[in-house]
Amino acid sequence: MLTNVDSAAFAVFLALFILVTGMGFVASRWRKPETLAHLDEWGLGGRKFGTWITWFLVGGDFYTAYTVIAVPALVYAVGAYGFFALPYTIIVYPFVFAVMPVLWKVAKERGYVTAGDVVRGAYGSRGLELAVAATGVLATMPYIALQLIGMEVAIKALGLHGEVPLVLAFLVLALYTYSSGLRAPALIAFVKDIMIYIVVIAAIAIVPSRLGGYGAIFTAADAAFAAKGSGGILLSPAQIVPYASLALGSALAAFMYPHTLTGIFASSGGNTIRKNAMLLPAYTLLLGLLALLGYMGHAAGLKLASNNDVVPELFKMLFPSWFAGFAFAAIAIGALVPAAVMSIGAANLFTRNFWKVWVDPKVTPAGEAKVAKITSMLVKVGALLAILLMPTQFALDLQLLGGLWILQTLPALVFGLYLNWFSSKALLAGWAVGLAGGSWLAWSDGLKPLHSVDFGMGKVAIYTGLLALALNIVVAVAVNLVLKRVPQERLSREAAE
Amino acid sequence: MIRLLLLLPFIGLMIVPFYNIREPHLFGFPFFYWYQLAWVPLTSLLTYIVYRSARRAD
Repeated sequence: MLTNVDSAAFAVFLALFILVTGMGFVASRWRKPETLAHLDEWGLGGRKFGTWITWFLVGGDFYTAYTVIAVPALVYAVGAYGFFALPYTIIVYPFVFAVMPVLWKVAKERGYVTAGDVVRGAYGSRGLELAVAATGVLATMPYIALQLIGMEVAIKALGLHGEVPLVLAFLVLALYTYSSGLRAPALIAFVKDIMIYIVVIAAIAIVPSRLGGYGAIFTAADAAFAAKGSGGILLSPAQIVPYASLALGSALAAFMYPHTLTGIFASSGGNTIRKNAMLLPAYTLLLGLLALLGYMGHAAGLKLASNNDVVPELFKMLFPSWFAGFAFAAIAIGALVPAAVMSIGAANLFTRNFWKVWVDPKVTPAGEAKVAKITSMLVKVGALLAILLMPTQFALDLQLLGGLWILQTLPALVFGLYLNWFSSKALLAGWAVGLAGGSWLAWSDGLKPLHSVDFGMGKVAIYTGLLALALNIVVAVAVNLVLKRVPQERLSREAAE
Repeated sequence: MIRLLLLLPFIGLMIVPFYNIREPHLFGFPFFYWYQLAWVPLTSLLTYIVYRSARRAD
């Protein structure tokens, strides 16, 4: 299990991990509620998180550990195209600013905990509620698995091999999430985010000076792509529509996920969310600069077995070992926060929109909290088994489909906040057609996120999730028009008779 | 009306051909990179303006 482990790096890593574990358990006493045996407390931290806690929590939960590994890896592999994460994580905030305070208000006034609750409240439809909740759980599972991949890369970079460290770390996470609920990731997010900021700021300040400055880094990347014959530091003409549509589709999907919505619902009010829409872009700046580590990998002349190794290898090469250990700890701890919030979000959905509706309608608030705690545990064990037993590519493919699926819940969740026009049957039809049609397109394209469409001006590749959303909305509108006409025709027929 | 400012980031970032170029460079960054990074503080600023005006309207 221990080969080539640097003792300084390992010591720093272990110390930080133990610190965070302690915090996870202490969190149950942080801002202590009267009881944790209530879903509002266990699953939403009492809905009292102010601007700063929300900033750390949503930042730590939206910009995941996997992002820290995968975005530079994609940029290393393909260049400019990998930067779509930047416009994506910019335009998401005007959307959050406009929509999420409205959603929060509805949830607070009526005591909603999940997207499924909101939909049931708006349309009174058990079917639509179940559809939204099931989509949320399904889309979240592979996302948790992805966090494990991020953690695996960091642990491997330390020189630890085998699956034992990953299993141990995850068990610890499962235990303190069980006992402290959302308070645990909220408290740990402080440490995690500050560590990630330190690492990234050190990297973007120190690494370029070692590699001859940003100009030299871009030149080196340009030359590497030219030598490889693919990718580039600018987009090719065929990549332009994919770039824009991936950014837009991802931005619309981002806050439909249970983990991001949990962060929104847990905040203390509309203005907390609005302020966060102004302050969270600080993380986007960080992400944009972090993405450049992919180019720094070229400038440093790294030879990698896997693109995912670009960040760890760069740190090992350019930083003293204790700081590399700090950086790997930041990434591994960084995986804990989103994984915890995701499992809580999924557990809330299962409890409120499945267990309470179909299994035990008379469940008490304490009973709800108990079911959610156990579900969060099972969800995490499921994700762990998926990573240990199945090929990594399986999680990546499912995660891709998950983004497409969760986007199909947008009409049901958001339209009702503004319009009183759609019926639940129409939205359910749109959801079903969008989900099935989008999955089929993605499947027939070999699980690539892009589908080629011919609008009469030659073929253009567009993000499949966005196409499925368009289909979803068209079907919902059409079905709704038909449903509205039927009773009117019957009325006029009756009048004629 | 001032809420329409929130649409500017969408427009600015969806017009990809406009910024998919190298020149002018800034601090060694090609235009493609610094243009998009510049939208980060700009979006925060626009959101702040909308936030202020909405509070005054309350």
